[in-house]
Amino acid sequence: MVVFEHKAEVVRNEEVAPNTFLIELEAPSIASAAKPGQFVMLRVADKIDPLLRRPFSICSINDGAGLVLLYRVVGRGTRIMADTRAGSYLSVMGPLGRGFEAPAAGEECLLAAGGMGIAPLVFLARSLKKTRVTLMTGYGTAAEIVSPAQLGMQDFAVAVATEDGSAGYHGLVTALLEDDLAGTGRKIVYSCGPAAMLGKVASLCLERGVECQVSLETVMACGVGACQGCAVPAAAESGRSSFHVCQDGPVFSAVSIDWEHL
Amino acid sequence: MNQQDADLNVRIGPLQLRNPVLTASGTFGYGKEYADLVDPNLLGGMVVKGVSLKPRPGNSPPRIVETPAGMLNAIGLENIGVEAFLQEKLPWLKTLDTAVIVNIYGHSRAEYGAVAAQLKGAEGVAALEINISCPNVKMGGMVFGTDPAASARVTETVLKNTDKPVVVKLTPNVTDICAVARAVEQAGAHAVSLINTLTGMAIDTETKRPRLGNISGGLSGPAIRPVALYMVHRVVRAVRIPVIGIGGIMDTKDALEFLIAGAGAVQVGTANFVNPRASLDIIAGLRQYCIDHDIQRIEDLIGTLKT
Repeated sequence: MVVFEHKAEVVRNEEVAPNTFLIELEAPSIASAAKPGQFVMLRVADKIDPLLRRPFSICSINDGAGLVLLYRVVGRGTRIMADTRAGSYLSVMGPLGRGFEAPAAGEECLLAAGGMGIAPLVFLARSLKKTRVTLMTGYGTAAEIVSPAQLGMQDFAVAVATEDGSAGYHGLVTALLEDDLAGTGRKIVYSCGPAAMLGKVASLCLERGVECQVSLETVMACGVGACQGCAVPAAAESGRSSFHVCQDGPVFSAVSIDWEHL
Repeated sequence: MNQQDADLNVRIGPLQLRNPVLTASGTFGYGKEYADLVDPNLLGGMVVKGVSLKPRPGNSPPRIVETPAGMLNAIGLENIGVEAFLQEKLPWLKTLDTAVIVNIYGHSRAEYGAVAAQLKGAEGVAALEINISCPNVKMGGMVFGTDPAASARVTETVLKNTDKPVVVKLTPNVTDICAVARAVEQAGAHAVSLINTLTGMAIDTETKRPRLGNISGGLSGPAIRPVALYMVHRVVRAVRIPVIGIGGIMDTKDALEFLIAGAGAVQVGTANFVNPRASLDIIAGLRQYCIDHDIQRIEDLIGTLKT
């Protein structure tokens, strides 16, 4: 796997829900090498403050050259990103990390997303046959929903859950997943979202003996395994005390993570 | 004068470097992590991640938090241990044509000695850098580095157990860094490198919890550069052995400040995370500076501060 780093032109940067943006960067070398589940490290400005690059899962690849990232404004870095105009250039580094492993033949793919955790699952879904995929998305409230069409997911089966019941199922996305896990047939679960949600997803799958791959998010400085800042606790049976999200992940088999201490 | 004429070679005691720019320990892994982006053979040298006698798991997360123009880290010296280093990392490192300096760490003086002994005669290891300045481990590290006499004893022990040049990496978390520098010089250190990180902390005001699992961490990045520069300035005047300047160096101008202050070489650390090619950019920038200022040997620039 080869890592590239270069300045990439911002092709578009549009607000797709309040405080939620899709940014597309012209980065053909990274885009053509990227696999679903991999991420990039983005420098939001050519300044020393904020200092560090930010990790973003790749949301989709547009025409083999456009790197599409989904983000919500949560802090200083993403605020600067939100103010970035098309035509400006940002340094991007990638593709990084280990992505999702492909499902076995005949397996039904259940994709469970919490909030911005939808990003890597979109890339994954679009790499799979749509008849095999069910995408379940969880949001706090209806206003946060990013429409499937904006993510290129209009032809996929997409279910929505909101915590306040303002759209779709009233409750957590994990409840939707629990329902879908009840049916017969071989299934595999792919999930990304907040840690508490992933812990629940992992336990639902472990109880049922269903294979589950999760994409984890942590703070990161380097993205390539040099700083060891992105450690997450490993399950005892993995034979490791911790994993580095940037190198060992960001995608992990749910059984290898120590969910209690995450 | 053409480009080839600028001579960037520097000597750090017995160590000959092709240019004065090294990557700092803990910020560049074992070089391979960045190999797609940075040809290590272009560097003056590479100080690899600190190794201890036994593997260490490191601290509980979170281990990193961004701060104004800087970052706090509390990695806790997670590393694979010296044996695995020799078996898994050194074979590739010794194929490189650059000075590989191994940063070593111990819980006790005896452990520092034992790590040094294991690296004795190791082909491909140009020098050792003794880490007596890590703020993120409970035993060893900074406990030694804040005490001149203890620093000297660790230095002596390592020197007894090695055939390599020894650089001692100093902590800024002391009242008088010159006293520690002088003590390790007297103990026989070939050079000192400074500064390691400044101890600091950050609190999440919503949860009221520290933002690092270890509570405190080490501050690095451009935020600490003026502090580092002044300490280098002072230590250069306090000792005769070469001084390697470290602390928030992001670009050529930053590196030049340290060289003019008297550092014989510099280490680039946190900048690697931001711009993996920072060291290469700095090397090119130093060459250009020499050409622009009609400096034939970069060594002629070192310590030219006018006061």
